[in-house]
Amino acid sequence: MRSRKRQRLWLVSLVFVLLGGAVALVLNAFEENIVFFRSPKDIAAGNTEVGRLIRIGGLVEDGSLKRTAGSSEVNFNITDGAATITVTYKGILPDLFREGQGIVAQGRLQSDGSFRAVEVLAKHDETYMPPEVAEALKKSGYWQDKDQKPVLKGNEK
Amino acid sequence: MITEAGHFSLISAFILSAVQMSLPLYGAHKGELRYMELARTTAIAQFSLVLISFAALINAFVTSDFSVLNVVLNSHSDKPLLYRISGAWGNHEGSLLLWVLILTLFGAMVAIFGRNLPPQLRARTLAIQGMIAFGFIAFMLFTSNPFERVLVPPENGQGLNPLLQDPGLAFHPPFLYFGYVGLSISFSFAVAALIEGKVDAAWARWVRPWTLAAWCGLSIGIGLGSWWAYYELGWGGFWFWDPVENASFIPWLFATALLHSAIVVEKRDALKSWTILLAILAFSMSLLGTFLVRSGVLTSVHAFATDPERGVFILLLLIITIGGSLTLYTIRAPNLQPGGLFRPISREGGLLLNNLFLSVAALTVLLGTLYPLFLDVMDAGKVSVGPPYFNATFGPLMMPVLGAMVVGPLLSWKRGELLSVISALWFVGLAALGATAITLIYSGIEGILPAIGVGAAVWIIIGSLMELAYRAKLFRSSPHDTWRRLMQTPRSVYGMTIAHLGVGVLLAGIIGTTAFKTESVQNMNIGDSVSVSNYTFTLDRVEALKGPNYIAERAVFIIKEGANLIASINAERRRYPVERDMTTEAGIHSTWRGDLYAVIGEGNRATGWTTRLYKNPLTPWIWFGTIIMAIGGMVSLTDRRLRIGAPAKRKGFSSSAPRAVAGAK
Repeated sequence: MRSRKRQRLWLVSLVFVLLGGAVALVLNAFEENIVFFRSPKDIAAGNTEVGRLIRIGGLVEDGSLKRTAGSSEVNFNITDGAATITVTYKGILPDLFREGQGIVAQGRLQSDGSFRAVEVLAKHDETYMPPEVAEALKKSGYWQDKDQKPVLKGNEK
Repeated sequence: MITEAGHFSLISAFILSAVQMSLPLYGAHKGELRYMELARTTAIAQFSLVLISFAALINAFVTSDFSVLNVVLNSHSDKPLLYRISGAWGNHEGSLLLWVLILTLFGAMVAIFGRNLPPQLRARTLAIQGMIAFGFIAFMLFTSNPFERVLVPPENGQGLNPLLQDPGLAFHPPFLYFGYVGLSISFSFAVAALIEGKVDAAWARWVRPWTLAAWCGLSIGIGLGSWWAYYELGWGGFWFWDPVENASFIPWLFATALLHSAIVVEKRDALKSWTILLAILAFSMSLLGTFLVRSGVLTSVHAFATDPERGVFILLLLIITIGGSLTLYTIRAPNLQPGGLFRPISREGGLLLNNLFLSVAALTVLLGTLYPLFLDVMDAGKVSVGPPYFNATFGPLMMPVLGAMVVGPLLSWKRGELLSVISALWFVGLAALGATAITLIYSGIEGILPAIGVGAAVWIIIGSLMELAYRAKLFRSSPHDTWRRLMQTPRSVYGMTIAHLGVGVLLAGIIGTTAFKTESVQNMNIGDSVSVSNYTFTLDRVEALKGPNYIAERAVFIIKEGANLIASINAERRRYPVERDMTTEAGIHSTWRGDLYAVIGEGNRATGWTTRLYKNPLTPWIWFGTIIMAIGGMVSLTDRRLRIGAPAKRKGFSSSAPRAVAGAK
């Protein structure tokens, strides 16, 4: 009986060591790797750290999309009605990226106040609005409820 | 008419499931065989009814019956036949029907093949299965009915999301669901065992094949989804730690752990309550996955706008199933007979280590997936948790598992000797170290993690084969004797070797693709050349093209290595007029050494096109590794012991006799 208890003790301590290690890993990874969402308004307020990986979201401003001829770099503005920020991105924009659409961009704020995106996300449904963007737009009073309701469309997977 | 028949069948199946979940349970309690046997009849009948229902839905899609709302929303008469059929499960309602179809299929299989199960256990297992069916059919009938009609049928449908019009994704849901739902059987067996208060080797032997089958399905399903993401999303990657991917990966991790711990229950009668817990957790995570994907709480590449009402319903199902089973577990598990003792250095010890690490790794993935949701609910800001988090937590936690994978099978049960294992594996370790060193020289010191990964892959691939060679006494005995030993080795051992080999191949592919890829993004015009690593990609021409239900712009790239022509690949951008949607089709040239991969973005002759070019070393190994793993599972399934069912336990043979290093498996 004693050895059964010993085995259990041994097991329980192993589990605790393992969980402790995992918690340490998780906390460490969380600190470095969590990506916060900021709206253009938040960034205009000026307390966003330059150089840290963040996500921003808003509507692509009409007429703001510029391609540089002979380069894969694009510039566009995104807005939440209250503030506007210029985004530069080198690469292929998502298939459904277009002006007036809600998008989310992941990247870093530059010291000149522009945003350099490493990833641009637009959802594969033209009436779809990323919820972060919808909320940011609501906060800035830019949100029109009509015809923004997500359509009844199937899910994948 | 056929649609109404399908609807009626589904309602009948619902009523039958109410019978299946109640009377057999009562019968098992009172010992009345008549009521217990009802479980088998209802399980088989229920499957037939759901099958009719499913066939009716497929029929509506194939014949493009636009008086059915679901067909209107998700199909179009221009679609190719394959996608008209797969459109039936490419949407919320239809995929639920597929879910229930597979659920009842498993129930019927237990009823048919479970002849040698004790009647009580069988009745209880099927009753639990009936409860799950009851919940899900209710969910369908009340919130997501696939057979709903429209009063004025439109002339044509709205089409299927073009991303889903793809062979990889047409078969992804059936496999994935086979895995998700297959775990329900392990769950039902676990709950039934808790009700009976008895878990023994025979129980483990009954549960294992079901878990194994589900695991194979889940592996293939995840693999197909990843393959699809690789060539269809055009991001050059195969795994994004997207919440929806995690939703299928977490159950897979628990199922893998369950697969291994059930062996310990079967062979050594130990780890019983842990195994029960894993069976509950594995299916709970499948349900959680369904909830995350279906309720719309997640927004990802996969989850589109959904209905909150449905979310609440699934959440309720989730709480009842998980809460109920875990409550039962806390009440009953302490009463289970304690199992046998073993030393830390033993086969059981190795399997336990594998289990603990796999479960903890699964929990860290779960945490990273749920944390943003949790913050959102608490209104504490919006965050996202991306690949760096998962790489930093999941990666290190997997290393001990990868190490133990090779050592464990060589240890004997109960009390193993590390010394004899070292003598068998020293040169495998040397080969792994050598591979690590060579990679380090090639990639420099910052490549230390990938180099360790390469070493681990070599360790697993050679080590798995070594285990078989050791068992067969290759070169230590006569060729005749080795051959005889190989012939006598049970299929489950071959299954293990093959599956472990698959993990090694998969790991090699993952390391190659993530750590050693070369990527180049630029603007190109016709005739422009770009070099990617040692290859030159030339944009030869861009042409317009008409598909069955799309129009496309196709870019043709000529790839050369030095002066040698390697391949010509086509990258497309497709526009689907009906769905008003675009998709990207990557152009890929695959060899066993890796992929050359090209994507074209927006552009025209005046400005040129944005292109993304990749050299992805060893990517096909990812798909082959997954297939090899699944084949390993299937080979193991054909093991005589599992096929014939439960032979009477031979006393003193499988349980207590100390055996040679490799032990009888």
